[in-house]
Amino acid sequence: MIEMKNVNKFYGDFQVLDNCSTSVTKGEVVVVCGPSGSGKSTLIKCVNGLEPINDGEITVDGIMVNDKKTDQNQLRSKIGMVFQNFELFPHMNALENIKLGQLKVLKRDNNAANAKAQELLERVGMVDHADKFPSQLSGGQQQRIAIARGLAMDPVAMLFDEPTSALDPEMINDVLDVMVELAEDGMTMMVVTHEMGFAQRVADRVIFMDEGKIVEDAPKDEFFGTPRSDRAQLFLSKILSH
Amino acid sequence: MGDFDYGVIFNNIPFLWKGLIVTFKLTFLSIVGGILLGTFLALIRVAKIPVLSWVAAAYVNFFRSLPLILVIFWLYFLVPLIVGRPVGSFYSVLVAFVLFEAAYYSEIIRAGISSVSKGQLAAGRAIGLTYPQTMRYVILPQAFRAMVPVLLTQAIILFQDTSLVYVVGLKDFLVSAELIANRDQRLVEMYIFIAIVYFAICFAASLWVRRLQKRMATS
Repeated sequence: MIEMKNVNKFYGDFQVLDNCSTSVTKGEVVVVCGPSGSGKSTLIKCVNGLEPINDGEITVDGIMVNDKKTDQNQLRSKIGMVFQNFELFPHMNALENIKLGQLKVLKRDNNAANAKAQELLERVGMVDHADKFPSQLSGGQQQRIAIARGLAMDPVAMLFDEPTSALDPEMINDVLDVMVELAEDGMTMMVVTHEMGFAQRVADRVIFMDEGKIVEDAPKDEFFGTPRSDRAQLFLSKILSH
Repeated sequence: MGDFDYGVIFNNIPFLWKGLIVTFKLTFLSIVGGILLGTFLALIRVAKIPVLSWVAAAYVNFFRSLPLILVIFWLYFLVPLIVGRPVGSFYSVLVAFVLFEAAYYSEIIRAGISSVSKGQLAAGRAIGLTYPQTMRYVILPQAFRAMVPVLLTQAIILFQDTSLVYVVGLKDFLVSAELIANRDQRLVEMYIFIAIVYFAICFAASLWVRRLQKRMATS
């Protein structure tokens, strides 16, 4: 489903991604973790072309992302993305946020878009908040709307960029519950997160990054088991110790 | 002030009213035209379109470096030459105001666009909207909302600046009043009267803008 081969990316002289290769098969849930500045957010932003790459190859659902001939907009509409800071459109209510892409990108008619939005609001437990504006919602509620906005496009895969990092602790589980459900429904997911509980529960594989390199790319049990790189071990011991 | 003649004002209300309408019409059309052209210029610069964005920047700097009165004066002669026939002073003045104000509006709008968080552009693109669609549905509505007070303040300045059409003799409010003042030899009355009218309109408008700003800040 998602295929990355020898991806390199630079910001000026600074190399953010160093020869990264990995793949995510259909229905697989891959958690990407690592210290801040390790390039994990950049990695998933390259998957839908939000960040251009300098070198290498990325394909999603058989389509080359970094090919000039590829219709980037159509490609992006097939890949849902959830941001750390939600990035809901503040001048639209929850329902309109979920409808915008359906109306303008998928060209669905208003009724179809409404029906889809209602169905998704139900799925993320936000039916009562359809008319509310983002500023009237808590962080956890906003993030659930953002997930619904991504799902409204009927994506082939969902990317999550630290979806719970900006949330108060008591909100985190509401969002994770939605994500767990999504994973169990067979959605292909790439999730940048420090929530190791989430990783242990639903991830198939865990990718550990450091200094722009993929240091470890292992099945979940192996990653949380014994054999792994020193760097990943150190990282895990730090975030799991409390 | 014992011989202050109110009559000269009341007797000429219809004539003055006609002048005031010209002033309002010129202000309104200049704002609309200025914002449209200004938005266009701002978008070109924000999108960093090669060559075009350089042209837009040069345009803005050019008009911001000229006195408005000169632009009005020049276009009064240039517009008929370019169009190839007389267009009347109103339209040549309108063109001058739109061209001039667009330079200022484009800077306001550019600031408004950059006040919208970068993540909004990414979020728009992420659901598959094209760059122009993201601008239209996501960025510009937020930018304009943030800019409303500044745009209105600029509109009030524009309203005052329209009095400069005096140099080409367009019968706006000021020129109409001046004609009467000279004809009836009532300079003091007329100049006091128009000062009061300009002041009342601008002061009321800026109070309203301030209230609007407060309301927006709390919502």
